Amino acid sequence: MQVPASQYPAKGKIARGSLLGIEQLEAADILGLLKLARRMNPQRPRPLLRGKRVLLLFYEPSTRTRTSFEVAAKSMGAMTTLVLSSGSSIEKGESLLDTGYTLRAVGADVIVVRHPHAGAPHLMAAHLDIPVVNAGDGMHEHPSQALLDAYTILRHKKTLKGLQVAIVGDIYHSRVARSAVHLLSKFGARITLCGPPELLPEAATTLAPALRVTRHAEEALRGADVAMVLRVQKERLAGMQISLQDYISRYQLTMARLKLAKKDALVMHPGPIIRGLELTWEVADCPQSVIVEEVRNGVATRMAILAKALGKAR
Amino acid sequence: MKRNKSAEISLNQRKGSSLLIKGGHVIDPASTVNAPMDVLLRDGRVAEVAPPNKISGADEKLDARGLIVAPGFIDLHVHLREPGQTYKETIATGTTAAAAGGFTSVCCMPNTSPIIDTPELVEWLQEPERGAVVNMFPIAAATHASKGAVLTDFRGLQRAGAVAVTDDGKPILDEAVMRETLRISAESGLPVIQHAEDTRMTENAAMNEGPTSFRLGLRGMKTAAESSVVERDVQIAQQFPGARLHVAHLSAADSLKAVRRGKRASRAHITCEVTPHHFTLLDSDIVDYDANFKMNPPLRSEADREAILVALADGTVDAIATDHAPHAIHEKVMEFERALFGITGLETALGLAITRLHREQKVPLARIVELFTAGPARVISLNGRGTLARGSYADVTIFDPKKRWKFDVSKSHSKSRNTPFDGWQLTGKVVATIVGGKIVYRGD
Repeated sequence: MQVPASQYPAKGKIARGSLLGIEQLEAADILGLLKLARRMNPQRPRPLLRGKRVLLLFYEPSTRTRTSFEVAAKSMGAMTTLVLSSGSSIEKGESLLDTGYTLRAVGADVIVVRHPHAGAPHLMAAHLDIPVVNAGDGMHEHPSQALLDAYTILRHKKTLKGLQVAIVGDIYHSRVARSAVHLLSKFGARITLCGPPELLPEAATTLAPALRVTRHAEEALRGADVAMVLRVQKERLAGMQISLQDYISRYQLTMARLKLAKKDALVMHPGPIIRGLELTWEVADCPQSVIVEEVRNGVATRMAILAKALGKAR
Repeated sequence: MKRNKSAEISLNQRKGSSLLIKGGHVIDPASTVNAPMDVLLRDGRVAEVAPPNKISGADEKLDARGLIVAPGFIDLHVHLREPGQTYKETIATGTTAAAAGGFTSVCCMPNTSPIIDTPELVEWLQEPERGAVVNMFPIAAATHASKGAVLTDFRGLQRAGAVAVTDDGKPILDEAVMRETLRISAESGLPVIQHAEDTRMTENAAMNEGPTSFRLGLRGMKTAAESSVVERDVQIAQQFPGARLHVAHLSAADSLKAVRRGKRASRAHITCEVTPHHFTLLDSDIVDYDANFKMNPPLRSEADREAILVALADGTVDAIATDHAPHAIHEKVMEFERALFGITGLETALGLAITRLHREQKVPLARIVELFTAGPARVISLNGRGTLARGSYADVTIFDPKKRWKFDVSKSHSKSRNTPFDGWQLTGKVVATIVGGKIVYRGD
């Protein structure tokens, strides 16, 4: 009994222009995107994407990423449509692939997808002939965040090479951390990961060469050029050895802990921030905090990503 | 005393007809034969095995020059998906794939719909209407609906033809239930096959825990989830002399340590099986979130595979079993975390064994044949099979250990396509599969 060839899953040729993650990118590609972002001005944009349809497919909640991709696309003259999983046929059980085929048929030129499962963008990109941009896939990667963070750092620091970066928080669950580690290590930054064992397993050191792991926030922050703080979900702590109060007392970024870092160290956070949990009010609003600037830079960065994806990088 | 029922195709040959397999090299570890021999099959039995050109006067001849002639292979672990899941596979398509893989006997797992937990269902499976092309031996559920709580009627299932009990797909996790299971195993001689997994440790996990799972952002299963259950079961088994504990699809180095300890203690019979994908692939082979690499237990680390290779060679592993687990395309081509666990394996088992174990690891052919024949036959006390001794069933596997070929999944006889081995260059191919004296498969 033979099954006809047309029923086989396509052995993944990834749609050209897709951005699925940082891990597979060359340093040159990353630099190219950052340089392109530098040339993007959301206030006086060039209509590079006029006539293009950008489909935003969000299976998870988002404020920053979603609006920033939308503003980026519209700034360049593209038409955008937002599809949320709730209120769509996804609630009727329509599969990810079928959703992709549908959006393609409706006329999408690019799909920007955020999904709770790692590898979702890869699945789409392997079956569609339009580029897929990963806006966050489960715990795996969040490439546009890593790019806008690199962009932000480079607005304040001369180079990423040799930069001491401390990443503090729930790294195990963090796609932001994974993408950041891939990007920063490609450029020779010196990265220290910090968190309790349940949120930062030893296996994390295998993610890139020369990663340091410490359980002590003070050790991570001492002499740091960048303190990247990650969100910690209260619900996740509930099942663990470490209580919320313990976490706050050992890992919260306070002004005292920040003083251990270099005088001009940057405070970064992908958002949403929970003031009083992973960082204090004072730290969130202090002069070293570039948290809001990150969001601003996210628009130019995402303009570059979309332009590149649609072959309009000029 | 077990009755072997009609699903054993023991009288396929026309009464009185004979088939002479001529010019081949017989490897029959159960009879310690490893030499050029001719084999005469008559009336569904092995009539004679003798040095070349000594046997004459057969109705039919099969030229086996340059080929290995072995007892028919036995696969202890196959999911044939009947009743209730025939969109994935049927007994007919699954056993056709088995024949193409050189298997003359398969043991089918009970996690169907409904679960095979009554003697009636065990009998149903063995009816000729099911269309099995090779011998099929049912494995029945150890607990009702495999819920892990109330034991099934082992003796009744055994009388109906079940060769073992298992809750495969799930572990028997409750210690008291496992204790009782092994006690009855000791009394009845019926083997208990344990899918060793502490499911409290593996919730939401999609692959092995390690550097790869961390990099891919997937929750992982520690090897301890498997080995802790193996250790516990081996210990419990020691309290019931004669109990038969068989560890299904063993994947971890630490599980092998426990099996070795159990075999040394030797009050109970501890056996284990390994799948071809576990001696071939690693967790780091998972790329692009292809769920054709997703199964349970998952692909493991290099250290685990190394331990498995050693154990295959040194006798700690009793059998190669495929855990052939067909799934439809819509169940595998989806987000990795959501895709069902399992891959097919009947048609690639021999090729992977010859390529990886014999050619790369220098495991002797005789040992490989043992892992497919005498080893599995011993695990479930399958008399008259896994051997070519005179009087045994005329189940024969003839293969070319040097034939290079490419596995093309589009030509698979299985209904399903979920394999990571599509396009693989393999060495070692089945030339003919004979069940009860009748050729049920001819390789091209």
